[in-house]
Amino acid sequence: MTSVRVVITGLGAVSPLGLTVDEMWAGLTAGRCGIARIKAFDPTGLPCELGGEVPLYRIQDHVPKALRKATKLMCRDIELSVIAAKEAVTTSGLITKGIDPEKVNVEPTRFAINMGAGMISCDLEELGPATAASVVDGRFDIRKWGADGIRQITPLWLLKYLPNMLACHIGIIHDIQGPSNTITCAEASAHLAIGEAAQIIARGDADIALAGGAEAKVNMMIMVRQNLLKRVVTNRNDAGPSACRPFDANAAGAVFGEGGGILVLENLDHAKARGARILAEIAGIGQSHSIHTPYVEMEPEGTGIRIAVEKAISDAGIEADDLDLIVPHGTGVPHDDLAEARGLEAALGAAVHRIAVWPTKSQLSTTGAAAGALDVIAAVRAMNERLIPPARNFTRPADGCNLNILTERREGSIRHALCCSHTFGGQTAAVVLKSFEGDAKP
Amino acid sequence: MKMSQIRERVVITGMGIVCPLGHDVASFWEGLLSGRSGANRTTIFDASTFPTTFDAEVKGYDFRRQIRRPELHEGCSRGSGFVIGAAAQACQQARIEVESNEPNDGIDRTRMGIYLGAGEGSLDNDSFFASIIAGWDAEQQRMIWPRSIRVAMERMTAVRELEQEPNMAAGHTAMLTGARGPVRSCLTACAASTQAVGEAMMLIRRGDADIMIAGGTHSMIHPLGITGFNLLTALSQRNDSPETASRPFSASRDGFVIGEGAAILILESFASARRRGVPILAEVAGYGCSSDAFRVTDMHEEGRGAVQAMWAALTDAGLTPADIDYINTHGTSTVENDSIETLAIKTVFKDKAKQIAVSSIKSMLGHLIGAAGAAEIIASVLAIRNGIVPPTMNLHDPDPRLDLDYVPNAPRTMTVNTVMKESFGFGGQNNVVILKRFCEET
Repeated sequence: MTSVRVVITGLGAVSPLGLTVDEMWAGLTAGRCGIARIKAFDPTGLPCELGGEVPLYRIQDHVPKALRKATKLMCRDIELSVIAAKEAVTTSGLITKGIDPEKVNVEPTRFAINMGAGMISCDLEELGPATAASVVDGRFDIRKWGADGIRQITPLWLLKYLPNMLACHIGIIHDIQGPSNTITCAEASAHLAIGEAAQIIARGDADIALAGGAEAKVNMMIMVRQNLLKRVVTNRNDAGPSACRPFDANAAGAVFGEGGGILVLENLDHAKARGARILAEIAGIGQSHSIHTPYVEMEPEGTGIRIAVEKAISDAGIEADDLDLIVPHGTGVPHDDLAEARGLEAALGAAVHRIAVWPTKSQLSTTGAAAGALDVIAAVRAMNERLIPPARNFTRPADGCNLNILTERREGSIRHALCCSHTFGGQTAAVVLKSFEGDAKP
Repeated sequence: MKMSQIRERVVITGMGIVCPLGHDVASFWEGLLSGRSGANRTTIFDASTFPTTFDAEVKGYDFRRQIRRPELHEGCSRGSGFVIGAAAQACQQARIEVESNEPNDGIDRTRMGIYLGAGEGSLDNDSFFASIIAGWDAEQQRMIWPRSIRVAMERMTAVRELEQEPNMAAGHTAMLTGARGPVRSCLTACAASTQAVGEAMMLIRRGDADIMIAGGTHSMIHPLGITGFNLLTALSQRNDSPETASRPFSASRDGFVIGEGAAILILESFASARRRGVPILAEVAGYGCSSDAFRVTDMHEEGRGAVQAMWAALTDAGLTPADIDYINTHGTSTVENDSIETLAIKTVFKDKAKQIAVSSIKSMLGHLIGAAGAAEIIASVLAIRNGIVPPTMNLHDPDPRLDLDYVPNAPRTMTVNTVMKESFGFGGQNNVVILKRFCEET
């Protein structure tokens, strides 16, 4: 079996720092923070009133004219993914049906998509009239809902909220007829989706894949859930920009937000043949699981994280010392951040004191299924720009955290970068990226 | 990324199921052979005023009776409870120890993974709707969010909210089995667990795991799930005759009958199964995946994606259409699916199409949505092992345009060496797996 190398040839990002990868990178390097008081709804009453919200956009501007009607079936998660996909495809130099049907340079059946998606919460206002029509004596009545409420809802309602609809809408726009999957492992989703897409290309089932994730967590019910789980910062509602502090001694929880990140992955030979600009290589992936009885938190020693990182490094055929950058999951939840720090330290040994660690969620917030993709995109940009910005909101490490978290920007080449993620269900994932400089002419 | 130099053969060494026809493999198979229907009036919630008032429920099941330490899973969703039972059964058959901190079965837990097609847990309906009622301003037709937040924060509980996340089923399965290898959960609508089995096979082939606990779990029998499907007019409304409502390929079919349950297969490399000396039930020989890239609402009129996935699976298995003895269809009993699936089979199998046994067990089992494919793969394995093809029940008025051999109304004794299992999901997800009688020499 010949070995197939998988490279990254396009990037698309919608984040609290902007609607493009360039805007996200500019915000990250300028130390800007995308976290503020929630604007999408009045959050008064939530212990944490903060969120990471994407700037205003018009979805119609990001969808081909012929498909504008389809925007009625797009919930916000889908919109974010569609915008990111368009940028990723455009920057890769690929011409799909959705870019220009006259000049398509992609074989649709050799084109795959693998998206991470969250459990999408429906728009509550959309259910308002139906719920109001189902009240008896001030309480919700299921019989009235069945008889009268249902009729107040638009017939295609369910299709807006199925997690696989992100990949389906993108697939329709860009005519992606190859393998399609939707990974629903919460915050580990995007890394798992990127890993699976790379494997699909490596095994020869596609030449090109869109891979990443998107999620819109700034929804009342989702925010209530995170608040009930006590994963949020509750003492900094008046200080959004300093609220989220991964690995910092004063960390007090996460801030949740929204975003979408998509990469174009491509068989190296295919990318070279069409003269594509190669941004980095997917060198290795690893996965495992955290097994802990109070399963709402990570196991304290970070064993599941350690195993995923070890596997990714081994898959890449490198040693810990070959890494120059780690973009950790680091949400600002003290217990989980400490578990991650311990897992990384156990996996990397002495090298952990040298390798630069750059957590991004202090600026981007925790964007669920998008998070891992935004981190990979940030790492690729860091490699391409030979620059790692300092960690925002990090002044003093939390007790027990021995990571080398950057407090000042670092310039220079990055040979390999590691991105890792984990989630409360227990899934852990790691991706190793390899710099492509010197390997082939762009 | 590293590539395995040899392509590992992947076999099945354990199976477990919790479904409307029974809580173990034996009662499931007995139900299929006796043509028993799992459908009846809805009891999970009061659906008496809904357009559809019946479904196929798992009755009288309690996961707490299936395992020794149920307290570790207390508060889990219906779907997670189902999968705990199905996984425990499958592991027992495959001689994998569960609920053990120090398993003595000779299996390296970092080489054992999980891949589920798993759905969402039910909402906390009373609290959810109470929260909307509190916030809905009928005059202004909008939500007054702080009112809604107050009720939600008061009434909802953290565990109930967390357990709705679709990745929790994989988390519970990991806790049960100690699996530390690759763990993924996907949700590609009705094709999810066939996809999970196919991708799990690929992980073993690639050398990422020796054993994968693969399958699916889902219960969409909750008010919003039924609301959504009723609005799409996807469900049968034959309320006066639930047990005959699911009638795939008949002229009078009017939609699917929703079911629920979990089905788990233990996939294992042949090398691992031989080393452990466990009996081999069948071989997973091929997998194909594609997307329609057509419409979110409809399948492609010519079954383009279905045909592509069928060919991909055949090619992957190194087989031709002439090698297939039995097709276990998606066969939902919707007007659209059964017509297009028949057309796709004819396109691939041409002259041979009418000579192949083709059946849909959804006529008895109902449609387990995310779990459907895995349950049907178990039925396919049983068909090979027992030399009996389960029937398509309720097929008394054949649709004249649908003219394949659907094995109507009674099981058929015949030699089955090779089965094609098809699953198609909303949004154009197509997944096909090929099962083979296991022979040591290929």
